[in-house]
Amino acid sequence: MTASRSAAPPIGRAGRWLRGLAGLAGVVAISQLLGVAGVVPRQFLPTAADVLTRAVRLAGDPEFLANVAATVRAWAIGVALAVAVGVPLGLLLGSIPAVGLAVRPVLEFLRPIPSVALIPLVSLILGAGLATEVTLVAFASVWPVLFNTVYGLQGVDPVPRETLRVFGFGPLAVLGRVSLPAAAPFIATGIRLAAAIGLILAVGTEILAGFGDGLGVVIAQAQQAPDGTTDVLAGMVWAGGLGLVVNALLAGGERRLFHWHVDQAGNGR
Amino acid sequence: MIAALVRRWAVPVIVVAAWELATRRAADVFFPPPSRIVARMHDLWFSGPVAHLWLTSDAIGNVLPSLGRMAAGLAGALVAGVVLGLALGRSGRLRAYLDPLLQFGRAVPPPTLVPVFVVLMHLGPPMQIVSIAVSALWPILLNTADGASSVDPIQIATARVFRLSATDRLVRIIVPSALPKIFAGLRLSLSLALILMVFSELLPGTADGIGFELTDAQSRSDLPTVWSAVVLLGVLGYLLNTLLLALDRRVLRTYRAALGGADR
Repeated sequence: MTASRSAAPPIGRAGRWLRGLAGLAGVVAISQLLGVAGVVPRQFLPTAADVLTRAVRLAGDPEFLANVAATVRAWAIGVALAVAVGVPLGLLLGSIPAVGLAVRPVLEFLRPIPSVALIPLVSLILGAGLATEVTLVAFASVWPVLFNTVYGLQGVDPVPRETLRVFGFGPLAVLGRVSLPAAAPFIATGIRLAAAIGLILAVGTEILAGFGDGLGVVIAQAQQAPDGTTDVLAGMVWAGGLGLVVNALLAGGERRLFHWHVDQAGNGR
Repeated sequence: MIAALVRRWAVPVIVVAAWELATRRAADVFFPPPSRIVARMHDLWFSGPVAHLWLTSDAIGNVLPSLGRMAAGLAGALVAGVVLGLALGRSGRLRAYLDPLLQFGRAVPPPTLVPVFVVLMHLGPPMQIVSIAVSALWPILLNTADGASSVDPIQIATARVFRLSATDRLVRIIVPSALPKIFAGLRLSLSLALILMVFSELLPGTADGIGFELTDAQSRSDLPTVWSAVVLLGVLGYLLNTLLLALDRRVLRTYRAALGGADR
């Protein structure tokens, strides 16, 4: 917080990459030192290098990859369902104020239910398996899609809307030509948030189920194994990696599609 | 006034009434009517002696420990997140070194942290509190860093001209201007803390908590109790969020006044 530091020039892109890599290398080195010096017993907490090596080795294990694929499939179907329900519902609530006002209290009660609390209930009703996982992912991830759609519609410029109306376009045409394109960047952000929440539910449901297929199942079973700490942590690395990759893909898609949007500069996180 | 009240509550009342009628007609064990859920909630938690504010021993033995663990975890996340976030926000260099780790930490779905802490710390309240704290840390941390890095440079320069000490600058300028972002992060963290509170109690081997009641009822196929716990958690989530919003408005109003209209 000294004068010289705040006056320093901003760090460039290459510098940021180098420093990020240096930070990662530093953490791996410190954890290795702690492990080798015996400060932290390795059976208790494996070193970062051990965990990363195991995570990389898992990429060559077809059985593990099949489990990851099962998680990704349930996640994708659930988020797709959430989009299929959330966007039309959001358009309905956002473009007809009376409906929005009337339904809002119901939604405001449903939304704060912590979605993992539904895992036991949905498991009882639908049994363990893909249907349960997809339902839970969809329930949890519908909210950001729905609310971002409504929010996006609120900011639509009324002038083009009224202009189109004056020229005799019906409400559906106005929705398709003005409101939906204007709300699209917000909807896209909602989908990115939904993907993050969907992964929480997909992995969480699998961990609690403890059997079947999925990354969460692998983690839960490693947790039971006598020497499974490395595997549990390697599974966590994979889960975090999945989250990062999908987030980066969606954020990149948003930047490419909506580079014209004013919010994009501050919204690309 | 009355018209507004009717408009606000008409649809929820109709929805609940329709749900009641439909579930009574269907008589499906999986979907008990709402009246039965409410009756079960009353029996389970709110039919205790007046001296205990009508809370039953079950409420005191399960609901309160859950809330206590969540509060402890959230408080830990708040303290750690604000302190680390301020440091990160004020030093672009530190941010550059730690960025990949922070991005990764945020991307890890929190339920996968629970098995990690189960292996490292065994089951029990400490493991649950740490799981809640680590999961709730990220939104507060990243939002605080974001808020602290976007302080108006003119304000900082002015403070230097008047020779405010580093502590004064932190307390009078940096924290107040980061406060709206900190609160936004806190609200995200609250919903994560609630999720992790339940999740850490759903694992086999826990002894008490709302999540424990949920799995216990699930193993007995006691659906009215499962539904009751879900409704209770929804109400708790709603109340906590409302509380935080009210606090948010109050604190921010005070700080805005203190900043003299610089409402950022």
